[in-house]
Amino acid sequence: MAPAVLFRAAVALAGRFPALAGVDLVVAPGDVVVLEGPNGAGKTSLLRAGAGLLAVTEGEAVVLGHDLRRDRVGVRRRVGLLGHDAALYDDLTVAENVRFALRSRAGRAGCRSGTAARGADEALERLGLVGRLRDTPAGRLSAGQRRRVALAVLVARGPELWLLDEPHAAFDEGGRLVVDEIVRDAAGEGAAVVLASHEPAMSAPLATRIVSMAGGRVVSEIDLGRRQATGGGAAVDPEAPVRGGVHVA
Amino acid sequence: MWRDGVLVAGKDLRIELRSRVVLNQVAPFSVVVLVLFALALGPSRAPIAQAAPGLFWVTLLFATVLAVQRSVAVESTEARDGLRLSGLDPAGIFLGKTAAVAVELAALEVLLGAGVLLFYGVHVRSVATLVAAAVFGTLGLAASGTLYGALAGGLRVRETLLPFLLLPVVAPVLLAGTRAWQAALGQGSTGTDPWMALLVVFAAVYLALGVVLFGPLQEAA
Amino acid sequence: MTVAPWSRRTTLVVRAVGIAALVSVVATLWLGIWVTPPDQVQHDLVRLVYVHPPIAWVALYLAFGTAALASILWLWRRTRSPMWDRLAASAVEVGAVFTALTLVTGSIWGRPTWGVWWAWDARLTSTALLLVMLLGYLALRRVPGDPDARARRCAVAAIIAAVDVPIVHFSVVWWRTLHQGATVLNANLSPTIHGSMAWTLLLGFVAFTLTFVWMLAQRMRIETLSQQLEGAELDEALQERWAEGAPAAASAPARAGAAEAAP
Repeated sequence: MAPAVLFRAAVALAGRFPALAGVDLVVAPGDVVVLEGPNGAGKTSLLRAGAGLLAVTEGEAVVLGHDLRRDRVGVRRRVGLLGHDAALYDDLTVAENVRFALRSRAGRAGCRSGTAARGADEALERLGLVGRLRDTPAGRLSAGQRRRVALAVLVARGPELWLLDEPHAAFDEGGRLVVDEIVRDAAGEGAAVVLASHEPAMSAPLATRIVSMAGGRVVSEIDLGRRQATGGGAAVDPEAPVRGGVHVA
Repeated sequence: MWRDGVLVAGKDLRIELRSRVVLNQVAPFSVVVLVLFALALGPSRAPIAQAAPGLFWVTLLFATVLAVQRSVAVESTEARDGLRLSGLDPAGIFLGKTAAVAVELAALEVLLGAGVLLFYGVHVRSVATLVAAAVFGTLGLAASGTLYGALAGGLRVRETLLPFLLLPVVAPVLLAGTRAWQAALGQGSTGTDPWMALLVVFAAVYLALGVVLFGPLQEAA
Repeated sequence: MTVAPWSRRTTLVVRAVGIAALVSVVATLWLGIWVTPPDQVQHDLVRLVYVHPPIAWVALYLAFGTAALASILWLWRRTRSPMWDRLAASAVEVGAVFTALTLVTGSIWGRPTWGVWWAWDARLTSTALLLVMLLGYLALRRVPGDPDARARRCAVAAIIAAVDVPIVHFSVVWWRTLHQGATVLNANLSPTIHGSMAWTLLLGFVAFTLTFVWMLAQRMRIETLSQQLEGAELDEALQERWAEGAPAAASAPARAGAAEAAP
């Protein structure tokens, strides 16, 4: 099965600084990959590169069949990125922000049939954004609430590849459980999920693989062997070199 | 492209309605500029009346810079990423933002125009020319402004760089608009045709440029 | 490891151009100052015609045209190459010098005729606006950041400015010529040219074109070297980045064991 994400010796620059200094990573559909590593290791950069926001200048980078070195614009509508800060317009209400985000993609859904795009209302409800909150201007929300809105948009869209930057951050206990549920559901429906985390202990239960990064590269991988349904337990692409890793059968 | 444009224009205008920056800040600024010009040139009415068309357009140019800065500022760094990720057609985003700025400027022009007529005591000969020149001039200003706004968008030095980049480029609009308004107010001896043609060409050229170049520019963020 | 940006042949060609430029400029000056006759109306002042129009031509058409064309070639994916970006930037910078010279020579030429150092003559005004646009491009170029993004921004800026040049030109010309009641400032600066003056003028065009080409080549060389330096810096930065990761790599097996035990 074709991998959802394939990076091989990928180098990406932020200005003159090599944010990614030769990354090797393969993610299959249904995988939940947890990126961990110290600050500045390149986790966020890897997620942004995967979303086509950060240009990969050397090596190989293919996401959902799109060669990122040639065309990193086309991949964006099929990928969902949850960044540190929610991309919201402060003066618009929650409902208006969500509507704008979703209308941007009307008629361009690139989601697989298995991953049905849920209604916006359902998504908002799932994330606890109900009642008066929906009419509150985004600027007045707390950081955690803003992230809920961003996540709600992702849930409503149902992309094939989820790139989540510290999805547990800023969420309270209840929120974290919802996030876990969402990740499990997404992977269960065949989407690939890559999430960066500072606290691998929190995300480890979700993960099918834990990838350690440092200095802009992947330093090691641990396969926890828990693959979700759909792909029929497809194995990681055997061609992909696993660097200094420990494969657990 | 058009649907995306309408979507973005609607979003920008709704934000303006909520935050009222143009209404509460740019408009008073423009009025202050008009008053300052009068102070500089007055107190006798004659020089002010003669300079009125030019002063209107110069003030409008400054207001454009502010309106464009605001249009760019609405897209915070994260929101800009969001726009890139949204899959919206960049040409549509350009047209939408241009349309929003144009609407804001138009509202401003009504205010400014009234101010000029009142303060500077001029008599109008041809309203049609006034309006036509204003319409095409505004389109040209909004289009070139949005384009340069995108150019300087993500840069930290944007505030100082944008006026420097934009104003020389829109000098022809100032020239043409002033001449057209002079004719409409019965001053000056030039015909209006070449000037109107220039305004139309400028607007058309910059709308076209923006549609083509906005996409590549977004990637430079 | 840096490699000299030019092959032997290129170096020779550039040197030849440089020598030719120098010779022709000197020849122009000599012919212009000593050999050709003074004009009936403008007397010795007419000698500026051998310098001002050629410089203006280089600035407006050659430099700007090169910058615009190179920018288009860079933006168009199929022909994209860092060389076009370097060419555009170099053309703008050298062009800015020539534009400033155009303004200076034009102003000097106009002073005795107009009586003022500056007049809102159509050409001077549009050239002044052009200079500001070029300076804007150079300011954009100095903004630190990702070289690719910078090249993109500058390419777009160059194209927008290039499109604006004819618009500015026409608007200013109309501004001047359609405005009745213009005074002595409308005096035509173009003298009638004949005989030896024509040849000298032609030589002037050739001379300054060669000068432009030579300066352009030198500027591009500097730009190439500077980008090579950036590349070397990148290699260094990569090394440092990997060094960052080394201690983490060393401890990876230990952590792997711990994580394995956890769930």
